[in-house]
Amino acid sequence: MSKIPLQFRHNGRDVAIFVDGGTNLLVALRELIGDMTPKFGCGQGGCGTCSVLVDGELHLSCLTLAETVAGRSVETLDGMKQGPSLHPLQRAFADNFAAQCGYCTPGMLMAAKALLDRNPSPSRDEVIEAISGNICRCTGYEPIINAILAAASGRVSA
Amino acid sequence: MTRHRGRGMASINYPIGMNLGGDPSQALVHSNPSGKFTVALSSIDLGQGMKSVTRQICAETLGVPVEDVYVDTADSDTGPHCMGSFASRGTHRVGNAVMAAAREARGVMMEAAAEELEVNAADLETDGRGNIHVKGAPHRSISTKDVAIAAQFKQGKTISGRGIFLVPLSNVDPETGEMSPATCYAHACLVAEVEVDDETGEVAMVRMDSAYELGRALNPRLVEQQLVGGAWMGVSHALYETPEPYYPDPVHGPRDFVEYLMPGPGDICPHDIAVLERPAPDGPFGAKGPGEMCANPVLPAVANAIFNAVGVRIDELPITPEKVLRAIKAQGGARPQARR
Repeated sequence: MSKIPLQFRHNGRDVAIFVDGGTNLLVALRELIGDMTPKFGCGQGGCGTCSVLVDGELHLSCLTLAETVAGRSVETLDGMKQGPSLHPLQRAFADNFAAQCGYCTPGMLMAAKALLDRNPSPSRDEVIEAISGNICRCTGYEPIINAILAAASGRVSA
Repeated sequence: MTRHRGRGMASINYPIGMNLGGDPSQALVHSNPSGKFTVALSSIDLGQGMKSVTRQICAETLGVPVEDVYVDTADSDTGPHCMGSFASRGTHRVGNAVMAAAREARGVMMEAAAEELEVNAADLETDGRGNIHVKGAPHRSISTKDVAIAAQFKQGKTISGRGIFLVPLSNVDPETGEMSPATCYAHACLVAEVEVDDETGEVAMVRMDSAYELGRALNPRLVEQQLVGGAWMGVSHALYETPEPYYPDPVHGPRDFVEYLMPGPGDICPHDIAVLERPAPDGPFGAKGPGEMCANPVLPAVANAIFNAVGVRIDELPITPEKVLRAIKAQGGARPQARR
């Protein structure tokens, strides 16, 4: 099968790769671009740990054809920190002990960012709704919900 | 259709560690020429916080700041032996091994400092901020960094220590069947409140209240994290997860996370936790460990709460809507029990 040239913005930087037809975005990001922050969990859209933003909208990269992001902007956890500083959401996750094994964390952070980018002061129910496609086995969600609410209200350590 | 509320409780007595051929863990501690210390373990931190807790234990025992200690875990090829991270044994077994190793390393460090300050090692103390000084004379002081450099480049000493903690195998008495499978026990009590829908058989968690006695909580935030998260693993075992829903027929087994159910963020409920600290005599700084115990009492408490709500006893896990519904039908309807 011939390779397809693909160009898009990856965390604010233009990238150009060649993909096989049918390659999903998760594989393109991890294996061709080398961005390992979106995780491979179930590969079927059931766990949420591969979540990325495409033009600001939350997508499961394992179920997104790489070709469909041509010319669009893809954000991953790798682009979240601001220079040497953590993003307030990352800081809030650390402050609130919102990670244990950490495997769901990249997806949780992207889902949370998608929420706060469009709704900076969400209610608790809106936070729950926003992360409802993401599974966490360790935390019981409570610390994650609290972290997102803390980031939204600016209750984040320096 | 009615939703019935019910409350159930369970208490547990949980052994720390296991009793299969003896239960040892080892640790090695050494200083780098920078004056920082490395703890080598082959124990695994799955996210419960073993790295943080062993780091605290090592720093406290050495008498150095916690930021001067690094913990290197989980290389069973090159690290000292560990039985593993299970049976709630990490803090207790590995912590004790780290403590022993740090104690030995501290001895060498104090000897090296004594040589530099030209005093007796017994007259020295650490200030916990990275300095060693003569007792009662804080100006006669040397930094742990300078001690490490002197030991490495001048004295030719390794500031290091070995540690092992072993709970030997307890054999079963052939006459009485008696044995001592563990050296200390943690305890917990949990009350679960549920709502059971008698039309669908669905069980929703309403709230949990619990008390845990787990020795000294060496890192209270990590203990809380473990208890909050672990309770939901318990709920998951009680109500959702099974690889074999129609055992032994494998046909309807789940294939993915869409079919292998777990609680989602919308399923959680408030959980009020009290942590009681009764230091264990043989624990590192009195610690036992929250470990698996955080999930265990949830299962019987939820089963009891369902009985309290609709009067059916389900003794097979997980307690799926189908099982609840069949049991309600079999007894001719929901029979709410007295509220407790």
